[in-house]
Formats: sequence, C-alpha cells, structure tokens
Amino acid sequence: MKMYIEFYASLMKYLPPGNARFRREIKVEDSLKLSRLIARYHILPEEAHLVLVNGLYVYAEAREGRELQEGDVVSIWPPVAGG
Amino acid sequence: MSWTRKILRVNLSKGSCTPEPLNMEWAMEYLGQRGLASKYLSEEVDPTCDALGPDNKLIMATGPLTGTSASTAGRYSVICKSPLTGAIAASNSGGFFGPEMKFAGWDMIIFEGKSEKPVYLLIQDDQVELRSAEDIWGKSAWETDDILHATHQDPQMRIAIIGRTAEAGCLYAGIINDRHRAAGRSGVGTVMASKNLKAVAIRGTGGIGNLEDADKFFEAVDAGKKVLADGAVTGQGLPTYGTQVLMNVINGVGGLPAHNMRDVGFDGAGDISAEAMAEPRKSDGKPNLVTGAGCFACTIACGRISTIDKTHFSVKDKPQYHGASGGLEYEAAWALGADTGVSDLDALTYVNFLCNEDGFDPISFGATVAAAMEMFQDGDLTTKDTGGIELKFGSAEALVAITELLVTGEGFAKDLGMGSKRLCDKYKRPELSMTVKSQEFPAYDPRGIQGMGLGYATSNRGACHLRGYTVASEVLGIPVKTEMNDAEGKPELVKAFQDATALVDSAGLCIFTTFAWGMDDIAPQIDAACEGDWSVEGCLEVGERIWNMERIFNQAAGFTADDDKLPKRMLKEAIKSGPTKGQVSRLGEMLPKYYEIRGWNPKGEVTAETRERLSL
Ligand code: SF4
Repeated sequence: MKMYIEFYASLMKYLPPGNARFRREIKVEDSLKLSRLIARYHILPEEAHLVLVNGLYVYAEAREGRELQEGDVVSIWPPVAGG
Repeated sequence: MSWTRKILRVNLSKGSCTPEPLNMEWAMEYLGQRGLASKYLSEEVDPTCDALGPDNKLIMATGPLTGTSASTAGRYSVICKSPLTGAIAASNSGGFFGPEMKFAGWDMIIFEGKSEKPVYLLIQDDQVELRSAEDIWGKSAWETDDILHATHQDPQMRIAIIGRTAEAGCLYAGIINDRHRAAGRSGVGTVMASKNLKAVAIRGTGGIGNLEDADKFFEAVDAGKKVLADGAVTGQGLPTYGTQVLMNVINGVGGLPAHNMRDVGFDGAGDISAEAMAEPRKSDGKPNLVTGAGCFACTIACGRISTIDKTHFSVKDKPQYHGASGGLEYEAAWALGADTGVSDLDALTYVNFLCNEDGFDPISFGATVAAAMEMFQDGDLTTKDTGGIELKFGSAEALVAITELLVTGEGFAKDLGMGSKRLCDKYKRPELSMTVKSQEFPAYDPRGIQGMGLGYATSNRGACHLRGYTVASEVLGIPVKTEMNDAEGKPELVKAFQDATALVDSAGLCIFTTFAWGMDDIAPQIDAACEGDWSVEGCLEVGERIWNMERIFNQAAGFTADDDKLPKRMLKEAIKSGPTKGQVSRLGEMLPKYYEIRGWNPKGEVTAETRERLSL
C-alpha cells in the first residue's frame, strides 16, 4: 500500500533520497505496524519522541500494536521544544 | 552574588539617584526579579494610574541568581503597569545586561516621575548619574548602542535601550539589550519612553560573592548543568534547532494558527521553519542560520544568529542589513509569518531585524498586522488608510513596507502602534482582535490546545505563552504527555505551570531550563545561594504568592472575571481542517474549576482566606 513518512529536525538524515524537504511517498506491505516502520528507517525508539499518524499523537506503548492504513501520514520528531 | 541588598531609586522629575537597602523581608517572600519588583510596584504605585503618566514606575530587576554561574542565570525583568493592557507587566530578557547590573552592585533600579528632557542613566559600579540624551533621542536602539559604546570607550558596557517606536508611542514597544535580546511584551519600552528615559548603560566590575553556602551552591549548579546537558531537549534539541523547530511540530499537531487565527494550519510552515533556516540558499549557497548563541552563563544556547540573502528585495539596497544578527525565534516567525500568511524566510528575518533595531514586540506587531490584513480583505481598510500599501495576506512586500512605516511613526503607523484591540475597535471590527486583556495571542491555537486557552484567558499580563507553557505537556510530553483536547485536568496543569514559572522568573533563571529541570533541580540552587528556607514547597508557595499578588494588582486596576475571556472566534468558530478539525476552546468548562483550585470566588476574586494563607 501507499503511504507517507515525514521525518523532521535531526531525523531528516534517515529520509530516503527524494526532493521534498520532509516528506516521502513510500510503498509498504499491508497492515504494517508503526513500530516496525520506525525501526525500518533505523530510528531508535528514544529518537522517535513525537510520533503522529495523520496529525494525532501515538503514545510509545501504542506504537507496536498500531496498524498503518493506506494513505496514512507518519510524522516523527526527536525530543524538541521551544517557546 | 545572590542579592546585593542594594537598590537604586532614580527620581526622573527631580534628577536624583538615591541608593537604598533592599527590603529583605519582602525578598524572603517574593525572592527577586518579577516577584519582588511586582511587590515594590504593588506597594508604591496606584493600580488605577495612567500607565504613561509620571505616577507609573518602571522597575528593572534582577533575581538572586542573576550573575552567578548557575546555567542561564543572565535574566532580568522590567516591571510596570502596562499601557497596552492596563494590567501589571513583567517582561523578561536574557543577554548580559542583568548580570552587569549585579556586578555594579545593584539588585534593582526603580525609575519614578518623568524627566523634563531626554536622559540616559549611566552606572559605573556605585557611580551613577543621569546624562542628557537629547542627541540620541530619535535614534534607533542599535545606533544608540553604538554611540554610547563609543562615547564611553567601553566595549564591555551593557546597555538597555528604547528605539524609535517607543518614542513614537507604539503601545507594544520593548527594551532592547545586547542588540537582540528584549524585554519585549506589554509595552514596557513605551513606559520608559514616557519618562523620557532613552537608555540605561551599566559597567560593573564587582565579582561574585555573598553566596549563602558557596560549596553547596557550586555542587547544585554542577548537578543542574549535568541535567541540562543530558536532557535530550536542552542538551541537543534547543542548541541545534532553537525554538523554531516548533514550527512544523505545532503545524503538524493542528495547533498553528494562521491568517489572524481564522485558519489553523499553514502551508508555508516548512519554508519558515528551523529546518529551512539551516538549508543552503539558492542564491549564495549559504544558510540563513549562521550559528547558535547563548545568553550569560547559559549552557543551552537556544539563540539564533542569521543573515539575509543580500539579493533579497528587502535588503538589496541596504548593506547595513547584510551582516549577521539575531535571527527568528518561533514566536516571531509565527506572528510575522503564519499569522500574516507570509512564507518568505528572508523577509521575516529582515522584519525581525527591524523589531530588534527599533525595539518592538514581533508578536503583538505581527498579530496586529494580521488583524489589519483581515480588515483589508473585508474592505474595512483600504489603501487610503494604509498609505497606499496593499495589505494582503501572504504579501511579503506589504509586510516589509508596513514594518518600515511603523518605524517612522507616521500615518497608518499610529493606528498599527495601538495594537490589535484598539485598531479593530477603531475600524469597527472588534471581533477580529485576537487578544486577551488587549494583548495579542502568541503562536498556539487555544482551540487546538485547551490548556493554552485557559492560560491565555487567565494570564496576568494578557495573552501570553510564557506565563504557563502547558504546550510542554500537551504537545511535547514534558514532563508527561496530556491530551491536547482534554479540558479535564487542565485547570490543575495551568495552575502548576503558572506558579512554577512565577518562581523561575523571580530567580534570575531562564524558563527554558524547565524542559529538563523540575523544582527539585531549581530549589537547591536557590537554597544554597540565598539565606532563608528555599525548599521545593517553599519555592512553589512563593510562586503561588506572586501569581495572586499580580491578580490583586489587576483587580485593583479594575479587571474582573469578565476580562478572563477569549475572543468569540476561539469559542464559536470551529477549526475548519486538519487533525483538530471541529474543535473550539472549552474555556467555560475549565474556568470555574481554575478559580476554585486557585482559592478564588466564582467571580474570580482572590478570597480573604487565600490572602491569609499566602500572607498577602
Ligand atoms: S535557553 Fe536561550 S533564552 Fe534561555 S538563557 Fe539560554 S540562550 Fe538565553
């Protein structure tokens, strides 16, 4: 199925080659779990601090069971803050 | 040095400068800086006074840790009654000015009255004098900085200065120090201008001493620095990306307001984000971001130093802006960018330079321009009003032109300088002003992030993110994640953040430490530096006392529960798209509970019992 990944800040280095700044369209097998997707891009669990699926936060403990759907947008940030 | 125990009272009407001992009894109850200076203000100023009249006072105050080796201990605050809001103002700045005041031997400077002619205050340790500023009145903050450094032949001198917008009466003018650090919000610079005070120039040669228990202090400071270095946010996130890394985060979660908060979500967010600042430009291959920068003693260093593309329309004929200077912070980038719909990074950086050069608050300014843009779009304002500027959402040219106009103080600049509330009132669209207590919102949508809505509504200085930054918990998961759209639990969260922040702002430390530090890390540093009992509980009680004292000042100034409200747009116009679609602020659900846990009555008034409990 087709879906999208967005890696920000220091995680941009894990993005596969492409033109857009943060986002890539990817093809993955059906019912891929969120934690597997994160591991596939070599992002360590402690680096994947803020993980959103379609803009909604997914708690660390829910990532293993979370099945991704066609068209989902997964956005990931390392620990960041501002104000 | 913790407290120097000395304050300087400057009567500008009489031209006198008089040292006096710090009231140590008050210091035990209010610590320093924001808390202690607010206590002085509450005792000495009639809350109903004209903020721009001689009866208002302007206090520049350090905390007991300012100037010590504690990480981020470079802060000072400016306290007065605000001309923008009519409420108590406390604006905090970093850089090096606060420590210099301590090194010269002063905890605080209280300015009262009004000078007949423009003056600046010169402090060289205990030598203090008022000098004529007639030849620097009318100059920008940067030019004044250059002139005073040259006059006194002292590159080490630290100077706090107002720019031309303050002189012109812009109600959100701030006070600039070290060229790009600012006591920015609520118009404290306008009050300084109303007193005909152009600058405060300080050189201090004193050292550090007077610590209650020096060994214990250095131990606590070392431990604190380790926590900051090990913390992922304070050790890596903020130093590498600065606050601007939030642009994509807040946009991603559905909390980034745009176009005068009509929309949530901004397509141009990526183009004005921290990541974009680090990319090589097409024209010269150099990035906008030159380097990070830190305030005095800071081991985080979130500051940004930037350059503008020399070929960009905003500066191509202005070589004076081709060098590196203070770059965009998240709040400025949001207000000047997303809220006005402008996604031109160079234009925003240039406008940010002008905010620093002439000392005006980029949040209030950007939000006021955004309100004007919405009125322009609706036809309430035309080019006849704006001096020919096509004030359209998304126009970088219009933003640059209107900013250059603001600095002149001429024509439409007078309207813009009133702030969004008065501007929208004047053009009969009061519902378009995104303000609380007449102060403009910062960069988080209260419909998307519920705690921030309650925080804005109850902030003692009008809408503000720095009075209780619940985004830390609601979005970033610090110290624990709470749901953005939950109203339940938010009154408690807001109160806890507000009280802790009041304490940090009164110590001389930067609030960004709290992305890693808890009160367990902060209290031991204060306790070792200062006499008295500064346990965690004691510190939190002081924070709560300060919050309530500020509230009492505002009550006496005429504020009621009716002022703890959000614009109708936040309560009735649901977010139209994105992950927070359909949401509105649920302030009504949170406010009664907030009053209750504060120990206030249902009308939001501080009760007699609460006053007694907090010795107020
Ligand atoms: S964290 Fe940033 S704002 Fe705070 S003291 Fe350090 S450099 Fe200054």
